[in-house]
Amino acid sequence: MRETLKLGRYQLRDLMRSKWLFAYSGFFFLVTFALFRFVGDGSKVAVSLMNLVLFIIPLVSTMLGTTYYYGSREFVELMLAQPIKRGSLFAGLCLGVSIPLVLSFLAGVGGAFLFCGSEVAQDLPAFLTLLVVGAVLTFIFVALAFLVAVTNKDKARGLGISLLFWLVFSVIYDGLVLLAVVCFADYPLEMPLLILSILNPIDLARVLILLKFDVSALMGYTGAVFQQFFGSSWGIAIALTSLVGWSVLTFILGRSCFARKDF
Amino acid sequence: MIEIRGLKKRFGKLHVLEEVNLTIGKGTLTAIVGPNGSGKTTLIKSLLGLVHIDRGEITIDGRKVNGDCAYRKEIGYMPQIARYPENLKVRELLGMLKDLRGVREGLDEELVEQLEIGREMEKPLRTLSGGTRQKVGAVIAFLFNPKLMILDEPTAALDPVSSSRLKDKIVAENRKGKTVLLTSHNMNEIEELSEQIVFLLEGRIYFQGLIADLKRQSGEQNLERAVAALMRGARP
Repeated sequence: MRETLKLGRYQLRDLMRSKWLFAYSGFFFLVTFALFRFVGDGSKVAVSLMNLVLFIIPLVSTMLGTTYYYGSREFVELMLAQPIKRGSLFAGLCLGVSIPLVLSFLAGVGGAFLFCGSEVAQDLPAFLTLLVVGAVLTFIFVALAFLVAVTNKDKARGLGISLLFWLVFSVIYDGLVLLAVVCFADYPLEMPLLILSILNPIDLARVLILLKFDVSALMGYTGAVFQQFFGSSWGIAIALTSLVGWSVLTFILGRSCFARKDF
Repeated sequence: MIEIRGLKKRFGKLHVLEEVNLTIGKGTLTAIVGPNGSGKTTLIKSLLGLVHIDRGEITIDGRKVNGDCAYRKEIGYMPQIARYPENLKVRELLGMLKDLRGVREGLDEELVEQLEIGREMEKPLRTLSGGTRQKVGAVIAFLFNPKLMILDEPTAALDPVSSSRLKDKIVAENRKGKTVLLTSHNMNEIEELSEQIVFLLEGRIYFQGLIADLKRQSGEQNLERAVAALMRGARP
């Protein structure tokens, strides 16, 4: 644990110096700020912001996680030649990438929140949920990217596969749900859709935020199923648990692949 | 110092190491030679635990290599290609390693001066040339006064001045009783540095012993020709 923290700290310093992290932060700041100024209404802002968060965070985390891992392969070898446990090294790498990302996301969106305090105050719990969900999603997709990168030697292939994961979760999935709803309209679809939703962290995140905001019109099919099946508070609890489960499982799977890997 | 018994390793269908048995005595300076792809780096990496072996047993200084990482405290490793976190400065990288190992005293920073890295200390690693990174790798390998030094082509990217200074350092440390294991393609360098030689080809050891014996055995005066003769003899 101590090793992990030390490693993470140095990586944090390494990554915090790169300019595009500030660009990431600045992007979120500007967009949030602009949404508040031009859209105004709290829940509308939240929904637009949510769509952006659900789209951008997984994409950036996946891409950055994968390229970072491939870029630090030699560094990993150097570290493994030191008296350091593989598990600690993996955890250090994972946290070292996800924490800077989370911090710059929080700084960007949170910074804009400070400027628009009165609008945020009306929907405070929901906006906080948005921040938490963004952080959890970052961690999940960094861990997923690491899992892919650890198990694929070739960088182009690894990047392709992690991009495919993102594409499936954020674009193709919605199409599949729609297709299923249209094709099997005569059958009870609640259970299969619920399972499908739990298998997709991005959808879980969306359901979680929308249940918190209580805007059922925008919930989409899976969100509605969630609310109908569990009710709002149970739905939130289950979506949150599943999200945490996602991050723990991808992390553990990645770590065990990393431990068995030859360098 | 190092005992390898019946070591086997394959990557998929490719047999990289087959039945490697090797003993390396304390305080020796041994060179591993062999053509590209003969398994030198894999052998080194299995000593470091970077590669999991399929069969056999490796003992370093009485401790079995089996996933526990404490034995690596006594090893200094210099990899073939040295790449480090891009935005860290050299000083921070060295600081990080000291911090991770929890060692602050009894450090050997002689090479910092000898390889003239002092003025690179405050530069981010990404701005350094390949040769300078290699020098940083050398500094790291010697930094903690390890009992065993494993150097994978240590002088490959260095200029003549740095290369000879590094070689002097290797010999000096060896004289102090440290065990050194290195690989190189430069036979003159090996002749200059080491007494013991291990010849590896297609994952098997074809010769292990004194360089003088190898020359006598092959009837050649110079090491390069002796190794070439060995290679011809080994290949059907």
